[in-house]
Amino acid sequence: MDKIDAIVVGGGLAGLSAAYRLADAGKQVILLERGDAPGSKNVTGGRIYVDPIRSYLPDIIGSAPFERHVVREMITVLDESSAVAFEYGNEKWKHEPFMSYTVLRAKFDAWFADQVAAKGAFIISKKKVDDLLWEDGRVAGIRSGNEEIGAHVVIAADGALSFLAQKAGLRQPHKAENLAVAIKEIYQLDEGTIEQRFGLGSEEGAAGLYMGSVTGGLFGGGFLYTNRDTLSLGLVVGIGSLVCSDGGFDAPGLMEGFVNRPEVQRWVRGGELREYSAHVISEAGIGTVPKLCTGGMLVAGDAAGFALNLGLTVRGMEFAIASGVMAAETAVEALDGNDVSENFLSRYEKKLRESFVLPDMETFRNSREVLDRQRFFTVYPRFMCELFDELFTIGDKPKESLYRTAKRVAKKYVLNMETLKDLLAARKL
Amino acid sequence: MTKKVEEKIALNAIKNDTKSHITLNQSICAGCKERMCVIVCPGHLYSLNEETGEMVVEYAGCLECGTCLIACTHGSVTWDYPSGEYGVQYRFG
Repeated sequence: MDKIDAIVVGGGLAGLSAAYRLADAGKQVILLERGDAPGSKNVTGGRIYVDPIRSYLPDIIGSAPFERHVVREMITVLDESSAVAFEYGNEKWKHEPFMSYTVLRAKFDAWFADQVAAKGAFIISKKKVDDLLWEDGRVAGIRSGNEEIGAHVVIAADGALSFLAQKAGLRQPHKAENLAVAIKEIYQLDEGTIEQRFGLGSEEGAAGLYMGSVTGGLFGGGFLYTNRDTLSLGLVVGIGSLVCSDGGFDAPGLMEGFVNRPEVQRWVRGGELREYSAHVISEAGIGTVPKLCTGGMLVAGDAAGFALNLGLTVRGMEFAIASGVMAAETAVEALDGNDVSENFLSRYEKKLRESFVLPDMETFRNSREVLDRQRFFTVYPRFMCELFDELFTIGDKPKESLYRTAKRVAKKYVLNMETLKDLLAARKL
Repeated sequence: MTKKVEEKIALNAIKNDTKSHITLNQSICAGCKERMCVIVCPGHLYSLNEETGEMVVEYAGCLECGTCLIACTHGSVTWDYPSGEYGVQYRFG
């Protein structure tokens, strides 16, 4: 079989980064994307942290069409009818280099694909990869419909579901407890309205997190990001939590309840709904990262389970870009040395260990286990809301001292063994 | 007021294939009590046809998240991405 140097499956950030680097190194590379164009099947919550990845793709990160740089974090803790909100802003975030940006993937990925094509990679859209080709026990290309394309190296960047990693025997079928489903809505508002409503300067953005009763007490939370002239609003819920719940929740119903909360409506009111999307997210941390290579094949990005939810920060895109670049660098070395064996390609894992990708995943190995404690989504939000309710309420009876009030509410919710256990567990965060 | 889920999905750009990319094994579905597919699908695409007693999935509105495949622990759901050219095309993402 005739073989080209490399095939990249999937036009997301991992795949585009890999193809960019391969083409930059002068290798023949074909990127296959099942959507109309790279980006058209991709969904993000909305924010990318650029510091970890600047050095991997300086030209891309330096000129990408991001939406707004984030200057403010908003956290809202909710019970059924009230909410406590915090904000953190820092003047330094208003000056370059900016730490994080909100982003819309259809736009960003399509632009990125143009840069990849300009480097000389071939991008073929509307092409779904159905299977892998094998030769002497190694991956030797792909099959799409009746068409077969041979390649010395295949980089599987086919997203969180990654059927290719499964077909290559690198991972087991997915389990519900390891993934969450995200539902997202895009609301259009004009730029001025967004800046006025959120108190932002031109180009500045805000990021919001919502936790507590918006998930009906299930693992997960809501998010809100300001884009240039749209808002990204979404809810993430653990699939395992949904499966095990008997609360009569369904995913779209939880989303509807979230959107209708006054704490959300205050931001999106008057906005026109433009898109309704959904995507799964790996939530299990390093525990479910598959084997990362086999002879002739490397796995990158979401397909490799590279995503990290620490509650306050949720990351995936940086891992995708960095792992895509490192997979490509490994492939370039393998092609140059004419050795695409599993043994040689395992250098990829070494590179990942020497970068931020695997160390970050390792450091926060237990974050899911800690965050998955139900009281974080039920008892503590209720405690906070009730405490503030009592502190702010002036009734017709003489008011109790503030300390007594706080102690009474704390006793009701948090001065117990369960809280102690949660605190002990939190040491692993 | 907020829109119904089907009205929300109607806002998306979707090109539908004539054949479904999701198939259900009705003999497995018949013995299923949990019907997790109904609960987890963000598009609310799964329902029970009361007359035939069979589970129905409206593949045409699929958002391609794959949650049903993961949530159906009985293994009734056979799910692949729609073939190239078809399915949802996100304009924002």
